[in-house]
Amino acid sequence: MATEHSRSSARIMIAPAVFVLLVWMLVPLCMTLYFSFADYRPMRATFDAWIGFDNYVSFLTSSSFLSSLGTTLLMVGGILIITITGGIGLALLLDQPMFGQGIVRILVIAPFFVMPTVSALVWKNMFFNVDNGLFSYLFKFFGAQPYDFLSQSPLLSIVVIVAWQWLPFATLILLTAVQSLSSEQLEAAEMDGAPPIARFWYMILPHLSRAITVVILIQTIFLLSIFAEIFVTTNGAFGTRTLTYLVYQRVLESQNIGLGSAGGIVAVILANIVAIFLMRIVGKNLDN
Amino acid sequence: MGRITLDKVQKKFRDVEVIPPLDLTVEDGEFVVFVGPSGCGKSTLLRLIAGLEDVSGGEIRIDGKPATDLPPAKRGLAMVFQSYALYPHMSVRKNIAFPMKMAGMDQAEQDRRIAKAAEALNLTDYLDRRPGQLSGGQRQRVAIGRAIVREPAAFLFDEPLSNLDAALRVGMRMEISELHSTLKTTMIYVTHDQVEAMTMADKIVVLRAGNIEQVGSPLELYRAPRNTFVAGFIGSPKMNLMHGAAAARHDATTIGIRPEHLDVVETGGTFTCKVGVSEHLGSDTFFHVHIPEMDEPMTVRAGGEVGLRHGDTIHLEPQADKIHRFDARGLRIA
Ligand SMILES: Nc1ncnc2c1ncn2[C@@H]1O[C@H](COP(=O)(O)OP(=O)(O)O)[C@@H](O)[C@H]1O
Ligand SMILES: [Mg+2]
Repeated sequence: MATEHSRSSARIMIAPAVFVLLVWMLVPLCMTLYFSFADYRPMRATFDAWIGFDNYVSFLTSSSFLSSLGTTLLMVGGILIITITGGIGLALLLDQPMFGQGIVRILVIAPFFVMPTVSALVWKNMFFNVDNGLFSYLFKFFGAQPYDFLSQSPLLSIVVIVAWQWLPFATLILLTAVQSLSSEQLEAAEMDGAPPIARFWYMILPHLSRAITVVILIQTIFLLSIFAEIFVTTNGAFGTRTLTYLVYQRVLESQNIGLGSAGGIVAVILANIVAIFLMRIVGKNLDN
Repeated sequence: MGRITLDKVQKKFRDVEVIPPLDLTVEDGEFVVFVGPSGCGKSTLLRLIAGLEDVSGGEIRIDGKPATDLPPAKRGLAMVFQSYALYPHMSVRKNIAFPMKMAGMDQAEQDRRIAKAAEALNLTDYLDRRPGQLSGGQRQRVAIGRAIVREPAAFLFDEPLSNLDAALRVGMRMEISELHSTLKTTMIYVTHDQVEAMTMADKIVVLRAGNIEQVGSPLELYRAPRNTFVAGFIGSPKMNLMHGAAAARHDATTIGIRPEHLDVVETGGTFTCKVGVSEHLGSDTFFHVHIPEMDEPMTVRAGGEVGLRHGDTIHLEPQADKIHRFDARGLRIA
């Protein structure tokens, strides 16, 4: 897109898509914004269209807001750490020539195709269940006391479930990045006397930095809205209430649509701040 | 010191034998060029010496010590790759320092060697740039700089000039030759370009399909090619190889005459033919003529100002002592 002409025709071409996306997003956003300034509790049949910033004040000052923010950060951070380190490890492993490479790669990608609700239920009932879970059998096999993951360390359990789902994505992106590293560069480093760890640290990791920032950006945006995994496992109990889940509880459990909407808007603003921040980092990384 | 000996070294990829068992000695301080057509196994042979590929058989010795099972880093050799293989996220300084850093050399010594190499390679002003901000020729020099700071026993070059344009290539050719005469370190240089081989080498190794066809100094190969392959490969433009009656007159299956050894004569001459396409280079003129003894046109070198036109009839006489004779197997008849 170099000339004035091609630029303007490009704009016309993408206009329909932009229009649909805008309507798709703007209508719910405007409604949420509208409700967030209203006292709207359908069960009690209250509707007061304008109460100013009351909803925001009570949402932001409640103790559950700060704790949910902390939970969200812990959850997203934990998942990012597991998927990035695991993804790099798997990508390096899958890059090695081996028998049945194609099939192994498809198997590694498989978790990505399982719906969040399904995978959370599978983990909850098949692995984490105290009485019949596979982990319990494993613990018993080694003569240990079965561990109730979901009530003893619920946050970690959810992090594991979601990380399992997102690991394939990270692996796939990082694998393509690993494969694009020129083998001559690694050979040059080998001749320069760099042992494998130095080659990883000085050649492979800097080469992957771009892909890693992209993975972090995309995953963060999706992970901020984790819901199904919390819903089917802990229902937000035991310190697994994220910001998204708090909004859900305000709206549906407390039936306070006004308060929930205010929470929703706060979540949108925070997510945008994170997104802008991440975009800048990625942009900087993509430049050079 | 850098004396490299290959003893029955062989390389197979699965069942394909790329390098049949081969013996070769590279003397200390020699500039050896491996030359041959693309795909003949030059890079493979160089990588075997570097240790980037395992040999399928035979032994490699460096300075008399067995090196066959040594990892690349332990062989004390430095390699310059065709793609330069610079580290893109490091500055030029860090690129050059990398092998020394890996060797755990102290900082003062590193700085001294970097300064010396940068000075010799005209890189002093570019030390803080990234490789992506350099021209092809400068990247090439960084790759060489990274190799020389290690003070290796021998340098290995794999077609280092093939990504440069023609003018730069001539310049870099001379720089590498000059580097060799100052450092006096063994250099093994791989190329498919026989001009590079002729201009730079102390010793040329001509390879075909992994086999050594001939080893010798540039002039030995030019004067006495051992077979028709070497005869056709060394020299520019190519030697004219002809069969049939012309060869039979010299008791050979094939005879070869270089374009520069054919004289244009007034009358008589061995060949009488019509002038085809001419290439005027200023200093020389190469013209192509058709003779029945050859399938391809025969190339003849004449002076730059010779007044020959397309379609003129000329008489050609080869210089009697410059005719190369080959037998039915393509081997030289002494
Ligand atoms: N890793 C490999 N696996 C299989 N065959 C290879 C490999 N590397 C090179 N070859 C084959 O070996 C032959 C020689 O290759 P190479 O040494 O790169 O040739 P050159 O450098 O002379 O052009 C080629 O036919 C090539 O296909
Ligand atoms: Mg090659």
